[in-house]
Amino acid sequence: MAILVGPETKVLVQGITGSFGARHAQLSLDYGTRVVAGVTPGKGGQVFRHKDHEVPVFDTVAEAVRATGATASVLFVPAAFAADAILEAADAGLEVVVCITEGIPVSDMLRVKRALSGRRTRLIGPNCPGIVTPGEGPGSHGGCRMGIAPGYIHKKGHVGVVSRSGTLTYEAVWQLTRRGVGQSTCVGIGGDPVPGMSHLDVVKLFAEDPDTHAIIMIGEIGGSAEEEAAAWIKEHCRKPVAAFIAGATAPPGRRMGHAGAIISGGKGTAAAKIEALRAAGVAVAPTPAEIADTLIRLL
Amino acid sequence: MNLHEYQAKQLLAARNVPVPPGEVCETAQQARAVAERLCAEGATQLVVKAQIHAGGRGKGVFVDGYRGGVKLVQTPGEAEACARAMLGNVLVTRQTGPAGRKVRRVLVAAAPEIRRELYVAVLLDRARGCPVLMASTEGGVDIEEVAARSPEKIVTEPVDPLLGWQAYQGRKLAVALGLTGPLLSTATRCFDGIYRTWWECEASLVEINPFCVVATPQGEALMAVDAKMVLEDNALFRHADLAALRDEGEESPLEVEASRHHLNYIKLEGDIACLVNGAGLAMATMDIIKHYGGEPANFLDVGGGASVEQVTAAFRIIMQDPNVKAILVNIFGGIMDCDVIARGIVAAVRETGLKIPLVVRLEGNNVEAGRKTLAEAGLSLINADSMADAAEKVVAAARGGGG
Repeated sequence: MAILVGPETKVLVQGITGSFGARHAQLSLDYGTRVVAGVTPGKGGQVFRHKDHEVPVFDTVAEAVRATGATASVLFVPAAFAADAILEAADAGLEVVVCITEGIPVSDMLRVKRALSGRRTRLIGPNCPGIVTPGEGPGSHGGCRMGIAPGYIHKKGHVGVVSRSGTLTYEAVWQLTRRGVGQSTCVGIGGDPVPGMSHLDVVKLFAEDPDTHAIIMIGEIGGSAEEEAAAWIKEHCRKPVAAFIAGATAPPGRRMGHAGAIISGGKGTAAAKIEALRAAGVAVAPTPAEIADTLIRLL
Repeated sequence: MNLHEYQAKQLLAARNVPVPPGEVCETAQQARAVAERLCAEGATQLVVKAQIHAGGRGKGVFVDGYRGGVKLVQTPGEAEACARAMLGNVLVTRQTGPAGRKVRRVLVAAAPEIRRELYVAVLLDRARGCPVLMASTEGGVDIEEVAARSPEKIVTEPVDPLLGWQAYQGRKLAVALGLTGPLLSTATRCFDGIYRTWWECEASLVEINPFCVVATPQGEALMAVDAKMVLEDNALFRHADLAALRDEGEESPLEVEASRHHLNYIKLEGDIACLVNGAGLAMATMDIIKHYGGEPANFLDVGGGASVEQVTAAFRIIMQDPNVKAILVNIFGGIMDCDVIARGIVAAVRETGLKIPLVVRLEGNNVEAGRKTLAEAGLSLINADSMADAAEKVVAAARGGGG
């Protein structure tokens, strides 16, 4: 089952002809993901070729959806044009939109988030590694990979992973896989202050998913999304949850790489998040090296 | 990107938010001339304010013992003397750290007669996903203190980003702050201007503390007596005029150099440097260094797909920090070939002539080849096979001094 996307999901890639988008479209095709269409305005009618794959390119998302039946889109669109591309994907009725782009202005995301409210489209990101539902094959081949995460580090299984970070998520997933523990779906929600899906949105889906038996939540300083998820987990979640919060040593008032990773006005500290998670019965890993072990002890 | 007070006030004034008349000065002579003009225009009291990117200026102390980065004066001569004492001097406040900041400019302005001190700010409410205008009757003090002591004295008004600020919201806030009678319409106009300053400049923060009721010959008026603004870096690409307001003199030289190489570098106080790919992993690496008893010297994210050039630039920047006693490289090469990264590390170490202990932890794609490259390079680096192992080894190396 997994959440949001699976091996059957038909994926389109917005920005497939750019070098970044092309590279990751190739890696997704190699992983066995059903990449059925690409969109690059002005390049409609071209064909994106990789090994024996031939992916048609369209000028608009609407055309691509009509021609191929794609239900999910991954965006590799420059920051200045990304908000428009997200709205175009939502307008075409896509169920899942994954925005990899880093550096989208907050005001653009505020308008996008407001425009998406009440719609069925679920936005993952921006500034995120994307989503992976591992497949059955060797190196989890045959799964759905939308974004930039390395596919081979995954293994099909029953742990749901949700995180604001990229490489720190790979670290946790790799720890799980090396210990023989597989994942149902891994969702990188991104490091921006105005994200699409929140920790809570994803945790709710994991809680309902019969294929997910336990959850790893990776957060970081800034905002209160981890506290909100903790409050819900305390009341509603019956599955074991382990967490790690990055940034315990980060100085206040400084943005730690991610636009959203900042302690401001004394709010958004790692200590406050860890306390909220512990109060909700979540096992918090003391170091990033022990994320998988912390969860495994709960199983 | 932080702005100076005088820059923030110019942006506010351009949107109908009244500020005390004044001008920024780079010399004491200029300060005297501005003070003379303000006195001729009827100012009876003046203020000289050091322009640095840090709060707490009023209670700050200069390194030569001169007290106060904000001074009230009566005459152009006094204004000149204050400006002379501040300019080129280094001001230490509770926000600058012990090194302080060199004062390159002062703002000389009229000091109006203040009747009430209020607080107004616009910021992003991340939980609600919208901008919020926040105001309080308790101005002139730290808003965090007010929030802790009497949160009921803070009122907030969320803004629909598709509608923008509405006049009725301004009236609600004005009444909540007791700005009624003739001040109601002025206040409404001010709130509109303050919100537009946030939205149009794509700021992450506009903070006016204090926002004052002042006495004028025409009766009471409202004025932004101080102003703080932070612009959102991600939006600067479409605001060339605002990007030009950047003052690199206020930033750490290493951080300026790092930003030129698209590296996220933040200097900290410890002695263990780290070089990591990805912001979350970089924060987590700092945390694990601390967990094993060390102190991180910096945050450094070379990006999810670190290039050889970036790794080399990163090493150069790290080595310029004289506090650094050991370096930890922590790379999770997901898509990137670890061998390419390893060759980058070898090249960087050779180019920079590294003399201090270097602990390398590589993981991910083609990691065996990467480790082999490092081992065969004949460098005196320490290999680690997990994050915990790496942190323990680098802490020990930093303590050992020579590795």
